[in-house]
Amino acid sequence: MTAIKIEGLTKRYGDITALDGLDLEIGEGELFALLGVNGAGKTTTVKMLSCLTRASSGDAFLHGHSINNDQGAVKSIIALSPQETAVSRILTVRENLELICGIYKFSKEKTEAKIKELCSLLSLDSVINRKAGKLSGGWQRRLSIAMALISEPKILFLDEPTLGLDVLARHELWDIILSLKGRVTVILTTHYMEEAERLSDRIGILKNGRLLVCDTAENIKRLGNAETFEQAFVNIVREAQI
Amino acid sequence: MRALTFAKRNLKEILRDPLNLAFTFGFPLVLLLLLSLIQANIPVSMFEIEHLTPGITVFGLSFTTLFTATIISKDRQSSFLVRLYTTPMKPLDFILGYTLPIIPIALIQSAVCYIAALALGLDLSINLLWALLLIIPISLLYIALGLLCGSLLNDKQVGGVCGALLTNLSAWLSGIWFELELVGGVFEGIANLLPFVHAVEAERAFVIGNFSSALPHIAVVLGYALLLLALAVWAFLRQMKD
Repeated sequence: MTAIKIEGLTKRYGDITALDGLDLEIGEGELFALLGVNGAGKTTTVKMLSCLTRASSGDAFLHGHSINNDQGAVKSIIALSPQETAVSRILTVRENLELICGIYKFSKEKTEAKIKELCSLLSLDSVINRKAGKLSGGWQRRLSIAMALISEPKILFLDEPTLGLDVLARHELWDIILSLKGRVTVILTTHYMEEAERLSDRIGILKNGRLLVCDTAENIKRLGNAETFEQAFVNIVREAQI
Repeated sequence: MRALTFAKRNLKEILRDPLNLAFTFGFPLVLLLLLSLIQANIPVSMFEIEHLTPGITVFGLSFTTLFTATIISKDRQSSFLVRLYTTPMKPLDFILGYTLPIIPIALIQSAVCYIAALALGLDLSINLLWALLLIIPISLLYIALGLLCGSLLNDKQVGGVCGALLTNLSAWLSGIWFELELVGGVFEGIANLLPFVHAVEAERAFVIGNFSSALPHIAVVLGYALLLLALAVWAFLRQMKD
């Protein structure tokens, strides 16, 4: 079943076209990575799909709901973990989770159950009463993902989820993201080739707002005529005349 | 109510910062004590307790502008607001969530000032209760300024504009520390065009029970509060769409 159907999605900022007629379908439960150098259009795509910015033209349907005409319904099935950790630094981990539960109007019982479930999934129990601002980057990312998962989204956007993390924290977060596979449709933007290759079912490579290729990591390696995924990415992006 | 959940979080953000507490409750008290001490040694009609207290009470509200603006600008910069924009929260939830926690803070701050003034010789009367209630519309003026600055400026700019410029403007142009007629001319004209002196005059009139003379001043304060609130909502919605 299709989770996301994108039709000619375009975003212009004045004379600059940040995303140019994107057509794409992403299946339910799929983990899809968007790759590209800076300014390729990854974050713009996520912003439009999560109703943070309006499309200049085109549309996208998330479980059948249009991002142009049915934003309320779209917002009820998505969640975003932004590039920055986006947690309330002065609140404890528990209070951050309670805040999001409150925004989704959960009962007291459901709030407790949800916090217990997410603390177990993301191993947050040991830091539950610590202020978010006092946690390391890796723990803050975990909290950020936990906050995004509270509403049981059908589609989860992870914008550069491991940016700035050390290698151990990154691998721990990868395990968490992999554990979501099949349960939630995940759209991941990243600069790390290894991350995209290791986690994703399919990868879309963007350059200057255009989708160059969309396939599995193995097929992209063949297409880029390279041994490694990183080299394939470099070859494809360099050869593209846009 | 999503707005109340968000307001609760904002209240915690403000009250857990010791610097905020010092400025909210400590600084106006220190000013009141210091100027009362000066008055005891060198009597000046300006610093008589029933004249001084309403002025300091209103001046204390300028810190609420700083708190409001700081919390919004930090939430914008940390992408915390971006996360919340993808939830079912409506623009009104955000505006109320930032506004509601400031009103009790303003009321408690003013009550502390009046209680301290009673100990310093202010006559106890029912007028003080009305003066305290008048703080609500006056605080809306300062909250609206905070909403506006927080929506337009980053946290460093907020520190400069609200922390330094606005507190000085509201101090010098309010007739709290010296009679504006003593300077006269353009200075007095500008001061009378701005709402700060009117807020102080209305509060002073309420303390002595001269309610009818407060009405024109209240009209100016409410006019500014509504205008600034409209501008603040516009600025907040604009940055929300960006």
